[in-house]
Amino acid sequence: MTLRGAAIVYLGAMVALPVAAVITKGFGDGLEGLRSALNVPGAVAAIRLTLITSTLAAIISAVMGTMLAYALVRYQFPGRRTLSAVVDLPLAIPTLVTGVMLVALYGPNSMIGGFLDDLGIQVIFTPIAIMLALLVVTLPLVVRSVQPVLQELDTSEEEAAATLGANAWTTFYRIVLPAIRPAIVGGTLLTFARCLGEFGSVVLVAGNVPNKTLTAPVFIFQLANQFRPIEAAAVATVLFALSFVLVLVTGRLLRRKEES
Amino acid sequence: MSTPIVVEQLTKRFGKFEAVKDVSFTAPGGAITALLGPSGSGKSTVLRMIAGLETPNDGHIRMGDVELTAKSVQERRVGFVFQHFALFRHMTVADNVAFGLAVRKQPKDVKNQRVEELLELVQLAPFAKRYPDQLSGGQRQRVALARALAPRPDVLLLDEPFGALDAKVRQDLRHWLDGLHRELGVTSLLVTHDQEEALELANQIVVMHEGRVEQVGSPAEIYDDPATPFVAGFVGSANVLHGEVRDGHVHLGSVRVAGAAHLADGAPATAFVRPHDVRVRQKGGQANERDGDFTATIERIASLGWLARLTLRLADGHTLVAHVPQEELDGAKEGDTVTLDLRNPKAFLREVHGADPDEVDADAEIDVPPSDRATAGTA
Amino acid sequence: MSAYPQTAEPAHTTDLPGTGRRRLVRAGIVTLCFLYVGVLLLLPLIGIVWTALEAGLDKIVETFQRPDVQHAFFLTAVITAITLVVTTFFGVITAWVLVRQRFPGKSLLNALVDLPFALSPVTVGLACAILFGLGGWLYEFFDARGIKILFAVPSMVLVTIFICIPFTIREVVPVLQEIGKDEEDAARTLGASILQTWRKVTMPNIRWGLLYGVALTTARSIGEIGAVLIVSGLIKGKTETATLFIFTAIEERQTTEAYIVAITLAAVSIVLLVTIEAARRRIEGRKVRT
Repeated sequence: MTLRGAAIVYLGAMVALPVAAVITKGFGDGLEGLRSALNVPGAVAAIRLTLITSTLAAIISAVMGTMLAYALVRYQFPGRRTLSAVVDLPLAIPTLVTGVMLVALYGPNSMIGGFLDDLGIQVIFTPIAIMLALLVVTLPLVVRSVQPVLQELDTSEEEAAATLGANAWTTFYRIVLPAIRPAIVGGTLLTFARCLGEFGSVVLVAGNVPNKTLTAPVFIFQLANQFRPIEAAAVATVLFALSFVLVLVTGRLLRRKEES
Repeated sequence: MSTPIVVEQLTKRFGKFEAVKDVSFTAPGGAITALLGPSGSGKSTVLRMIAGLETPNDGHIRMGDVELTAKSVQERRVGFVFQHFALFRHMTVADNVAFGLAVRKQPKDVKNQRVEELLELVQLAPFAKRYPDQLSGGQRQRVALARALAPRPDVLLLDEPFGALDAKVRQDLRHWLDGLHRELGVTSLLVTHDQEEALELANQIVVMHEGRVEQVGSPAEIYDDPATPFVAGFVGSANVLHGEVRDGHVHLGSVRVAGAAHLADGAPATAFVRPHDVRVRQKGGQANERDGDFTATIERIASLGWLARLTLRLADGHTLVAHVPQEELDGAKEGDTVTLDLRNPKAFLREVHGADPDEVDADAEIDVPPSDRATAGTA
Repeated sequence: MSAYPQTAEPAHTTDLPGTGRRRLVRAGIVTLCFLYVGVLLLLPLIGIVWTALEAGLDKIVETFQRPDVQHAFFLTAVITAITLVVTTFFGVITAWVLVRQRFPGKSLLNALVDLPFALSPVTVGLACAILFGLGGWLYEFFDARGIKILFAVPSMVLVTIFICIPFTIREVVPVLQEIGKDEEDAARTLGASILQTWRKVTMPNIRWGLLYGVALTTARSIGEIGAVLIVSGLIKGKTETATLFIFTAIEERQTTEAYIVAITLAAVSIVLLVTIEAARRRIEGRKVRT
């Protein structure tokens, strides 16, 4: 068996096959089946909640991630290396453990949770908790996407801008930002796709109240658990279609960047 | 526009490494001053400190009467041209040139007019809408110059501006910059390692070596009257002779070189003689025991256009290189014995621990001394 | 090159003589970064450590002595090990094929590599359930032979592999691209067989990218929850991984035990993180040199 053959079988059997299974099941009764399955109460609400929280989380992550990348590359400060390592933590920590940590911190019996409860602010079992979970889990994505690009940038363009009178913000906005924009976009799309499918950190902290705090992935899980695979597959296919397009676009963007 | 730059006791350290050590000089207003030196001599660092791109550890920088040292880059109103152009790659040529004006929030018509003016000046008006990656190296550097000049800076700083260009383009831009400067008269400071460039363009040269100033002077002074062995060896090519001082001459085997009157007897010294100062006469005629006259054999004649390079071997084995105009060769052939007369030698105390300047090798570039520029034709 | 010595990282700090305002902005940005990361990560970490420690050493020891906890760790380790072997072996092959070979349909293959990132883990679990469950395409084949895939360990391994496929490949591909064919070609002209070239030239070159991918795979595999939750059937003592244990323990209100196991996993992740950082630094160091 040639190497190429091995690779094709590997990816074909392990990736293409399962995906085909889901799509086929979701479209099993044709488009009609898809539409009626989506009429499952709660499906639309779950997808909507997922989209909204993912969009918000992606935007926040984009801004903070870029800021973090900039600080890590361009500034010297005590604790820089520690900060850089901590940023990578979500790459290593299980998402479920992230959920557990958030419950431990903001749950009804915890220190901060109880304190906030007294103030009338509830964090756990609200969409805010979902956002928190998503932000934690996707923290490294934009940072690691932007950081190498920033590192490679030739600072002479920025120095030239400074000699021409541009202050730090103008220089960043007009010189640096255009150069790192593709990386920011790529990282943000990756973040968004990740948020769409996030389960482990969300399932414990969200409360999973239908139409309120039930996200699509948790919904799919519930449907699967209730032995309703067709509906589960339908919702899963919609979710998949969204992130598939995203990841493809990102992949192509990144590969084009590497070639140039 | 005629603001002089005064640098006093400038020092810069990178960690433990002292890149610039106690550098002081004045760049006269309206003139081109060249900072000339090999890589690592600290000249770029000095330039960047004047621009505000580096902070000196010690020393002062003044532009006219204004103390610059505490001012930010943006406040200093310097025009800076980088070796690798540093054009904003996602802006058009016109936007690049307009940048300094846009930042200062100039009204659109003022901006456009100035951009047009400058693009005309650098002869790139048709390229206004192009992007930097569509231009050649020489064109990019001209855009960089236009961009630096657009906000009417008091001072123009150029960091090896032609270093990244092909030899021919370098030559062309050099002449062009010369003309531009005559027209504009902006005080300019040019960093270069190319001595030909410095000698041709500058009104004043500051020679730097290992972070220190070796000599400040006009091109003629630097060339004819080097103040230190480094300058003598770095600027122009030279025959290097190591010997001992006796009676105001440097003695090296059979060779006796004048010019050591200022040095103590018995001291080790190095004498520098330029190849075109080695006068060659056919043997036969009075072999005077005059100062500097002695005999040698022509080992090799290399014909280089209008010049001939003679490799001469002395009785005791030392080699000298002479540059002689072809027409003065008078039928001399390899193997002939000739009489030598060494003009205008410069002698310095030899630093025993310092690195000796290399002997001039047979492949050294032919330098064109300032006085010969007119006859050099297209170099 | 420049005579200047290497200055300390970072490479591009421009420490310009600045106005006080610039320094203030910088301080503000750095503080904001620390706050963001602190609130999101450090605070929760501290929270869970404190809660678990509150339980006391005895409880901790007791938890670790429970057979179902021990089995959970064991199962996680087994699944991770199998996943590592499969994804590393085939991952390196696939990466090499993608970088060094040209053939029609290559971009499709590339897209397949990225596909697992596009799927929610629950979708992956669902896919497995559909494939191997009653009425699924592969159900007959395995059921006839008495092999249980779904609601047994094999399905858990399969979904974990699926999810971890991209890591190794995506980390090895850029390293392979960067290194270029020259060294491999040189080895071949000197008479090395393909296997020898691989062993002596290719593998040493991709060492750090591979390590990075392996570390990421391990972390992801240990942390997998969504997919295994669907396919495992949650059979205590049989198909319960560490993460599944945490999940059910929280549902059953055994919060302290859940926290203790969670912290253990977090500690392992931190060790992995150190490996990740070291590998990342080596990869970047390589980039500077070439």
